[in-house]
Amino acid sequence: MKEIGSQNGIISGTRENSLYNALWVAQALLRKGSAKTADKRMLLFTNEDDPFGNIKGATKIDMTRTTLQRAKDAQDLGISIELLPLSQPDEEFNVSLFFADLIGLEGDDLAQFLPSVGEKLEDMKDQLRKRMFTKRIVRKIAFSIANGLSIELNTYALIRPTIPGAITWLDSVSNRPLKAERSFICSDTGALVQEPLKRYQPYKNENIKISVEELSEIKRISTGHLRLLGFKPLSCLKDYHNLRPSTFIFPSDEEVFGSTCIFITLHRSMLRLERFAVAFYGSSSHPQLVALIAQKEIISHGGQVEPPGMHMIYLPYSEDIRHVEELYSDSNGAAPKATDDQIEKATALMKRIDLKDFSVCQFSNPALQRHYAVLQALALEEPDIPETIDETLPDEEGMARPGVVSAVEEFKLSVYGDNYDEEKELAGNGKASEASKKRKAIADNAVKESANYDWDDLADNGKLKDLTVVELKYYLTAHSLPVTGKKEALISRILTHMGK
Amino acid sequence: MARNKETLLLLLDVGPSMHSVLPEVEKVCSLLAGKKLIYSKYDEVGVILFGTEDTKNELTKEVGGYQHVVVLRDTKVVDGDLVEALQQLPRGTCDGDYLDAIIVGMDILIKKFGETDKKKKRICLITNALCPIKDSFEGTKEDQVITIAEQMAKHGMGMESIVVRGRLAGDANKRIMEENDVLLNIFSQKTCAKLVYVESPISLFGALRTRNISPVTIFRGDLELSSKMKIKVWVYKKTSEEKFPTLKKYSDKAPPTDKFATHEVKVDYEYRSVEDTSKVVPPEGRIKGYRYGPQVVPIAPSEWDAVKFKPEKSVKLLGFTDAKNILRHYYMKDVNVFIADPGNTRAILAVSALARAMKEKNKVAIVRCVWRNGQGSVVVGVLTPNVSDKDNTRDSFYFNVLPFAEDVREFQFPSFNNFLVSWQPNEQQQEAADNLVKMLDLAPSGKEEALQPNFTPNPVLERFYRYLELKSKQPDAAVPPLDETLKKMTEPDPEVLSQNKSVIDAFRRNFELKENPKLKKSTRRFLQEKPSGSKEGEGCGDIAAQSVDSIKDTSVVKVENIGNLTPVQDFENMMSRRDGPEWIGKAIKDMKKRIFDLVEDSFEGDNYPKALECLVALRKGCILEQEPKHFNDFLHHLCKFCQKNNLNCFCEFLASKELTLISKTEAIDSEVTDDEARSFLVKSEPKTE
Repeated sequence: MKEIGSQNGIISGTRENSLYNALWVAQALLRKGSAKTADKRMLLFTNEDDPFGNIKGATKIDMTRTTLQRAKDAQDLGISIELLPLSQPDEEFNVSLFFADLIGLEGDDLAQFLPSVGEKLEDMKDQLRKRMFTKRIVRKIAFSIANGLSIELNTYALIRPTIPGAITWLDSVSNRPLKAERSFICSDTGALVQEPLKRYQPYKNENIKISVEELSEIKRISTGHLRLLGFKPLSCLKDYHNLRPSTFIFPSDEEVFGSTCIFITLHRSMLRLERFAVAFYGSSSHPQLVALIAQKEIISHGGQVEPPGMHMIYLPYSEDIRHVEELYSDSNGAAPKATDDQIEKATALMKRIDLKDFSVCQFSNPALQRHYAVLQALALEEPDIPETIDETLPDEEGMARPGVVSAVEEFKLSVYGDNYDEEKELAGNGKASEASKKRKAIADNAVKESANYDWDDLADNGKLKDLTVVELKYYLTAHSLPVTGKKEALISRILTHMGK
Repeated sequence: MARNKETLLLLLDVGPSMHSVLPEVEKVCSLLAGKKLIYSKYDEVGVILFGTEDTKNELTKEVGGYQHVVVLRDTKVVDGDLVEALQQLPRGTCDGDYLDAIIVGMDILIKKFGETDKKKKRICLITNALCPIKDSFEGTKEDQVITIAEQMAKHGMGMESIVVRGRLAGDANKRIMEENDVLLNIFSQKTCAKLVYVESPISLFGALRTRNISPVTIFRGDLELSSKMKIKVWVYKKTSEEKFPTLKKYSDKAPPTDKFATHEVKVDYEYRSVEDTSKVVPPEGRIKGYRYGPQVVPIAPSEWDAVKFKPEKSVKLLGFTDAKNILRHYYMKDVNVFIADPGNTRAILAVSALARAMKEKNKVAIVRCVWRNGQGSVVVGVLTPNVSDKDNTRDSFYFNVLPFAEDVREFQFPSFNNFLVSWQPNEQQQEAADNLVKMLDLAPSGKEEALQPNFTPNPVLERFYRYLELKSKQPDAAVPPLDETLKKMTEPDPEVLSQNKSVIDAFRRNFELKENPKLKKSTRRFLQEKPSGSKEGEGCGDIAAQSVDSIKDTSVVKVENIGNLTPVQDFENMMSRRDGPEWIGKAIKDMKKRIFDLVEDSFEGDNYPKALECLVALRKGCILEQEPKHFNDFLHHLCKFCQKNNLNCFCEFLASKELTLISKTEAIDSEVTDDEARSFLVKSEPKTE
């Protein structure tokens, strides 16, 4: 998928129909690539709400008509036109004069257009560095409800971790792309083999052979359907019942008429009764129990924040859940629990550090933003790399407000007492620091051993390579450097550390 | 390998009241043994049965008593025999005394390890606890149990009790059951013991942990509320998928006589340049290229490292917010748990205070985490309180990763209210659905919640390990069917279905599904299960009719073929497509073919009117697009074809409807004059006579 943006500034009032020309040029630029594989957008920036205002009579009608036709043609070709009006200081941008027709706004949309545009402009900067996804159905599945009643659903991936784009290997000399080739080699005979169809698993001192078909047969425990098993109250869905990002499901009447109606009915009932559905999703690779949570539509500022439908949450099996909390249960029967006073102080603290309108997607991923910024700077050979802002850092200023500070202090006093010394608390705790003691002993030993060598001399005379890895590691541990890697890596690390 | 070696004693109740569930016990225990053979080969397992006819244990020899307790297998390293022994447990004849069995088990462990050996020791008790334990010689039963529990704690033994109850237990003496519950509860309070009650075969299967994974922290350090206030926490994984094992590739190239063949396959990757495939590029000759628009930018790792995002290891609080601001489906990954540093009482208190306050006010905390130094990314997540309801477990937090702005795809979906009226359910339908949602209840009050994730095992893994065991005996065995017990979780519970038959039937009656007749490809998969004789529901006709309209509306937008049903409309649509010049040519070509087909397939002229319609449309289209030659040539060709095939009646039909060639006046490119055009068909007539 590629995204082509073009920015068309226009000046009107002359006989020359520059808007028409701009659309024409942009459309020509976007000709390449079929509408199926590419997502094409035109962003139209203008502060002139009536481009043909100065022209009168038949010419105006004609120019308006041809321009609108041009825009329509472009839209027919799968190019979407987005208008970003820039209001002039003295008057507001009147969309209905001309542009409403151009971008095809009607009725309610028209009223909501301007406010949403304001947001759009603000988003612009972020938008440009965000990968765009077109709405795509992940899979069409049948949801069998009961007694042979089976409806049709489409699944969508609304939330998926975005990762920096895939890399291609290049030849470091010629910068030409490389092609990876995989080959299988029999380790007994060294012969080249085709991808073998047999696998094996060591078990009871022998290798049990299982073919690929048998493996997929094992995994196939149900048809690919989603099968309703029943309903539970929402309180039964615990916070730790999660493994992977959820999948969104929306009904479709394409193949089976009546699916949407049944879906809407169930959706309403589940919302009202505050229940979720438990179903078995028998996909061929990952047959799994899932929870279906009805989500009602949420609209704010004229935009859809949450679409109506259900979210499919993948439930863990008993093997996937670990009971860590029980690891440290107190055998004398009573774990320390907070007193009412401490809880009260915590509540006060919570009130102070309250994020009012927290929305999940208000942070952009700092690592990803940095990645794109660096890539752009290197690609365009810009002299310095622009700073990216890490939005995920806590609000230091807000935290330093006297109200917050005093709430924190009070809570601290309440749970930690007057003379809390973190170090002391740690020292008294023998069991936990067993590993750290051992680590410390190794470090001490390394310092001692490392003192036996004249490192500068060894390095200057290139004698480091005569030492064993164990000896080299004395130096590294003594200077708390990483001890991983091959011998050459260790030596070069030592040399870098010594500044040689 | 042997570092986390565990010694496990299985105490199994095989008394008469347990017979009905013993098949499940056999399955789960042999699964446990099978998994140990793969993942922890050096673990030791012993099996003690109680409720048996015989008696065979050391204590009875030494001090007497302890009747009906049999040590089926002394503790030793797991092997194939153990799996087999567990697959066929003997059925007992007496009521078992679980306390006797526990004492025998403890005795074995103490004798073997003494007091000092800190190896992991675990006792696993599976019983229905329906039979009374014997009165003790001194003190009450409670005192006796407390003494045993204290001993157990002293020797660092863990205990897991799985008590089979509910419909699996059958009739039972209430008083004894309650007494036993109280006694077993003492264990879970006094030692690090776990007590679970299971009511269904599936949950019995899932209750026993079949694979031991020693937990590892992913973070130890400060949870920073602010720069002034920090809480020492440890972070563990709470859920982590147990993956299907990755099997090694098998090579059969080694000669069968070679006893020491490994049969391994090595996978080798070679990088070759695209232009010159004979050249193999060594690893040091490669550099990573990153896409920037259409170009690929080569960037060396050292260059990246210098400018990469490098956050510091820390867990920082960003603030608290209302729980309703974080919708459940935003949880991105497997879940972590934040536990206060176990040795730090103050930290435990601080976590407890926060968790309880959050729970009370229905708040959650937003935190920013960098687990390790040198990690290239940060995660923002939500802490939700996990307030323990047991006295001896501490409060903690669950941590779920939240998406970043980049991870959320803002797709728009139509609002349900904007759908056609016929898609909106009526009151009756809504009521039927309400009843269904209410009655198809998996968590009825007073009964065990069905299909709890905590007690639901992975059926695929069970099937794999069972197959592995089977194959170790019969190398050519076929894949066994899914276990009957576990199959129940892939399908609705027949019992629940039959209980709610009326509700389901009512729901079924209220809705009608219909296959879309316009789709040619087989869509049986949706309706194949439809039972015959289902009754017609009201309003279904409307739904179908309405949706046909809506589908047609959308399909009209982009026509790529001229269909049989509405060739004229299709043709017009195709001609007016402006996203490519090829469409006009294609439209004309397709239309000609369609007309030919119509004329040819015609029986006694029944298709002629339709063919004429098409011809008229084609003529009009050709005039509009200034392509008269296409039409004129075609008409000539068509007439010739008709004459050859005795279809003259069609030509006559055309003449009678005054269809003519396209003349010069209509289209400037035409080489046909008005007269010629008019006379064409008339002229052709006499020729044939």
